Amino acid sequence: MLEIKNLHASVEDKKILKGINLEVNAGEVHAIMGPNGSGKSTLASVIAGKEEFEIKKGNIILEGEDLEELSPEERAHNGIFLSFQYPVEIPGVSVTNFMKTAINESRKARGLEDMPANQMLKLIREKSEMLEIDRKFLSRSLNEGFSGGEKKRNEIFQMAMLEPKLAILDETDSGLDIDALRIVANGVNKLRGKDNAIIVITHYQRLLEYIVPDFVHVLHDGKIVKSGTKELALELEEKGYDWIKQETVV
Amino acid sequence: MAYTEEELKKELETKEYEYGFYTDIESDTFPKGLNEDIVRAISKKKNEPEWMTEWRLEAFRIWEQMEEPEWANVHYEKPDFQAISYYSAPKSADPNKSLEDVDPDLLEMYRKLGISVDEQKRLQNVAVDIVVDSVSVATTFKKTLAEKGIIFMPISEAIQEHPELVKKYMGTVVPKTDNFYAALNSAVFTDGSFCYIPKGVRCPMELSTYFRINEGGTGQFERTLVIADENSYVSYLEGCTAPSRDENQLHAAVVELIALNDAEIKYSTVQNWFPGDKEGKGGVYNFVTKRGLCETNSKISWTQVETGSAVTWKYPSCILKGDNSVGEFYSIAVTNNFQQADTGTKMVHLGKNTKSTIISKGISAGQSQNSYRGLVQVNSRAENARNFSQCDSLLMGNKCGAHTFPYIEAKNKTAQIEHEATTSKIGEDQIFYCNQRGIDTEKAIALIVNGFSKEVLNKLPMEFAVEAQKLLEISLEGSVG
Repeated sequence: MLEIKNLHASVEDKKILKGINLEVNAGEVHAIMGPNGSGKSTLASVIAGKEEFEIKKGNIILEGEDLEELSPEERAHNGIFLSFQYPVEIPGVSVTNFMKTAINESRKARGLEDMPANQMLKLIREKSEMLEIDRKFLSRSLNEGFSGGEKKRNEIFQMAMLEPKLAILDETDSGLDIDALRIVANGVNKLRGKDNAIIVITHYQRLLEYIVPDFVHVLHDGKIVKSGTKELALELEEKGYDWIKQETVV
Repeated sequence: MAYTEEELKKELETKEYEYGFYTDIESDTFPKGLNEDIVRAISKKKNEPEWMTEWRLEAFRIWEQMEEPEWANVHYEKPDFQAISYYSAPKSADPNKSLEDVDPDLLEMYRKLGISVDEQKRLQNVAVDIVVDSVSVATTFKKTLAEKGIIFMPISEAIQEHPELVKKYMGTVVPKTDNFYAALNSAVFTDGSFCYIPKGVRCPMELSTYFRINEGGTGQFERTLVIADENSYVSYLEGCTAPSRDENQLHAAVVELIALNDAEIKYSTVQNWFPGDKEGKGGVYNFVTKRGLCETNSKISWTQVETGSAVTWKYPSCILKGDNSVGEFYSIAVTNNFQQADTGTKMVHLGKNTKSTIISKGISAGQSQNSYRGLVQVNSRAENARNFSQCDSLLMGNKCGAHTFPYIEAKNKTAQIEHEATTSKIGEDQIFYCNQRGIDTEKAIALIVNGFSKEVLNKLPMEFAVEAQKLLEISLEGSVG
């Protein structure tokens, strides 16, 4: 589904990604781990098409199509979803209204009419029940005054509504207590399917106890330095990132 | 005006000021310049009674002694008052004509403006008076309204037909001496709307006036007088457009509202005068005095959506004279490119238990400057006065400015006054977040701006809320990215 080939990316001439290679197939969950500053969030932003990052070399290919020339919204229309580490607030715009706009914009891009209101309502009801989200929550202004847990849960709700092919969860566990973490992880697990793929970006192994990945990659200094199965995450937890750093130096 | 989503989207693609057409109607325009003879000539043209002519002349003499105010946070080349023509009427206009007799070119202009001056309006419950340049062209629904005893007509006709009402109320809320532009208006106003709601009557439809400046080099000075007698209710809307022109056009209106005991007036404005082009050339100077007087237990509510004009200077205010009276001001002011707006309100609490609410939303983009200026004044006899003010500013880009000048004068210890203010910027983060969800930048801005303005948009009558929302989107197109 997603193929990243020798990806180099910079921000303001500072090289951050220095040759990433990654292949993600439908039905798989990949975890990307690494110390602070290793380029994890940059990788997420580059895939989503954030403008300030410049691709110097390499390709990102989603289902055979190179993403380089596509705007962030076009990438979204093609099925890329990013769950933000710090979701922004948009005062006065309700979660429902935001989702309605997002869904209809994607439909418009595919040449479809707006989703009929009753169908939209049904979808909202279905997804909010699945994720155990209180309906009152949906009429609140997007992320305004949300707790850390609510923000992340809202991200997963949006993921459920938009049904992306590839979802990237950027530090979804940061700022969550254990209960909130469990709720969010359960939500993500419900959205796993054979036709979609998920990339989980995390600093800690903790999240991976709940969202069990098929593959784990360790990012260090802009490169994937080690790949393995879920056991790699445990090993990392035990030995710390210094182990990887030392190994790379050697 | 039930716009479908599709129409809305289509409209969104229009980048330039879309009301910038000029209709070639033969018009009857006075020579440029202003003196007592011109004032007399206007009065004569209108066939006015002697008292009205004298009233105007008195105003003119006051105006001559006054100086143009400079305290507002706006910078512009002062209009040359001798280079303006003070009267311009489409030649074919005759207030006694019925709609069928109206010049087809004029009707075509209304069609372009999106107002249908026909029975369609009945369905929408809107009665419209249209003022083009200086003359009121047609008032729909006169009959329907007359059955309820409601008077809704051009002010020039009201001077003839209801002189007792005009004489009694005109200039009582905004006196001739009030300010430079109010004095000028009092001397040279050519038309406007007059509305009287009798005791105990709830006006069954929205009353609406549409103002348009057509002729080049003319000023528009309309005068609106709305009187809601005891225990009555009226909702009034005014819309404004002007063609795109290189030179600046002057608009100096006066609006007076009078809410007698237990009456309620809701006055909504969607102002879309030509704002000037992208380089800041042309546009309307909008210097307007709007004020309402509240008697006991009455309520006046101003709602305005200001997207046009090169320079705006406007403070719809309430004099809360009667006990328990309520004043409200809900405003959205958008400035883009080189527009300048200095707008806000005055709430003057004179009676006991008076309440006022101010919600102001300023949106600045391009290189524009947007100022909120408000006064909350609590008189010494105004026991238990309450005010709540909220002023929010939204900035787009790095070259615009938002300013807030709140003045509070409380002379009674029981007063409770609250003021909240916020300034925020549409961030790249917000835009990227929307983009990532499949929403393009233009749509994202519209979404953010509508969210920001929601509290005020909700106060507008339904059909106008849609129009206002559309206007906001059009005004801000291309302002980011």
